[in-house]
Amino acid sequence: MRGTAGLSSGIAASGAIALPGTLPRLLPPAGAAAAVSLPGHLARYGPPPAGLGRPQRDSLIAEVDRAGLTGRGGAGYPTARKLAAVAAGRSPVVVANGTEGEPASAKDKALMARSPHLVLDGAVLAAEMVGAREVVIVAHRAARRVIDDAVAERGRAALDRVRIKVRTAADRFVAGEASAVVHWIERGVPAPKASPPRLSERGLHGAPTLVQNVETLAHLALIARYGAAWFRSVGTPAEPGSMLVTVLGAVREPAVLEIAIGTGIGQVLDQAGGPTAPLQALLLGGYFGDWVPAAAAMSRPFSSAGLADLGAGPGAGLIAALPADACGLRETARVVRYLAGESAGQCGPCRFGLDAIAGQVEQLADGSGTDPGLLWRWLAQVDGRGGCAHPSGVVRLIRSSLRTFSGEQRRHAPGWCSGTASVLPVPPGRAR
Amino acid sequence: MTALTDRAVVRLRVDIIACDGRGLCAEALPELITLDDWGFPIIDRRAIPPRLLADARETARACPKLALRLDREGRGKP
Repeated sequence: MRGTAGLSSGIAASGAIALPGTLPRLLPPAGAAAAVSLPGHLARYGPPPAGLGRPQRDSLIAEVDRAGLTGRGGAGYPTARKLAAVAAGRSPVVVANGTEGEPASAKDKALMARSPHLVLDGAVLAAEMVGAREVVIVAHRAARRVIDDAVAERGRAALDRVRIKVRTAADRFVAGEASAVVHWIERGVPAPKASPPRLSERGLHGAPTLVQNVETLAHLALIARYGAAWFRSVGTPAEPGSMLVTVLGAVREPAVLEIAIGTGIGQVLDQAGGPTAPLQALLLGGYFGDWVPAAAAMSRPFSSAGLADLGAGPGAGLIAALPADACGLRETARVVRYLAGESAGQCGPCRFGLDAIAGQVEQLADGSGTDPGLLWRWLAQVDGRGGCAHPSGVVRLIRSSLRTFSGEQRRHAPGWCSGTASVLPVPPGRAR
Repeated sequence: MTALTDRAVVRLRVDIIACDGRGLCAEALPELITLDDWGFPIIDRRAIPPRLLADARETARACPKLALRLDREGRGKP
């Protein structure tokens, strides 16, 4: 209960942010473009709880559990469970994962660039909760300078009792996978490592390691201040809190937004200025996510429960709007070719299978004909067979495209195509 | 002794990062291991039937990359 008492005083001491139910929580209010300075950060949120002893640490982990915070990197694993697993080990370390290797996603970069101290607070608090003395911030190169400046600012203020190191993330899609982040810090290799052992048991240089997405850590920094009830004042009972989303494609103002989990997808698109054209489909979650027909998805809440029966989920918070004058098969083929090239090349089924599959999807897209039986056979063979989730993620994307763009497949057979407007970004010239 | 061994659930697992697709395992143990279209093993993850346990152990030992493992769940020896 000591921890909870500290939490309520945190609410009293802080400014505007502590009002339950208001957004944004993580990002600065609209209009503020530059990174929030340390004084600005402390004025908005109040100081983080400091000098945590063992009982307070445990009660904070319990508070994160009551908050129902889940990982915001895409997998959605309960954060408290990970904290408890790492806290049980000897001399653990914390890694803040700001790699965001997905080309379409911008929410972690936006968060680090605009609210660096919230991410650093979260990393430091996570370290205190698990008993780590060191945190490593792995920041996308676009956010590296802001993070460096923020770390220096905290150093001058002697704010933190743990050591903060900063590394620039590897600029590859698979580099954000948790074990790949550890591998990158250790040896400069942005490729996943074999599991088991789990990172929470043997991670960075053999130490129990907490790898947590930067947005997750930012939420954690606020739960530590204001408590679980405050966190749960937005979102749904089953999926509480807010989340950052990247909205792109055929909308007037593509943007990173902070929404209450469960906000209607149509409303989210309206917050991004609304559609610029009639929409045929949405890609939800990320490049490992799912295409869904726009008509079916528009009225749905953006949450796991709201999207489950469409076979989709919020993933890492991507919403890409595909206009009617684009071809979903071409979009998918382009992304799949890129993802096949982003295989770390360590596992046979991923290295050879994704390349072969990408060829089939390209033939489907350019109308040169393909053997659907062969494509389905290869999808089944590759699904679940990587050392990481990379091949399974690609399979998921393709299966959803075959479901959603069945009409387009029929048009392609005699040589028609809905269009060539291109929506999903893919970095140029990354062929292996 | 025998009773304990029987009670343990043992499954095959491949370290797919270590595996380089030589395919010896699928030849030795076709009951539990097949190859995909690129020559990499697809492992039957169900509990290994007792009659195949010795063969499975031998197949794992024979993997040139030591990529094939036996995972034991519960009590008893694999």
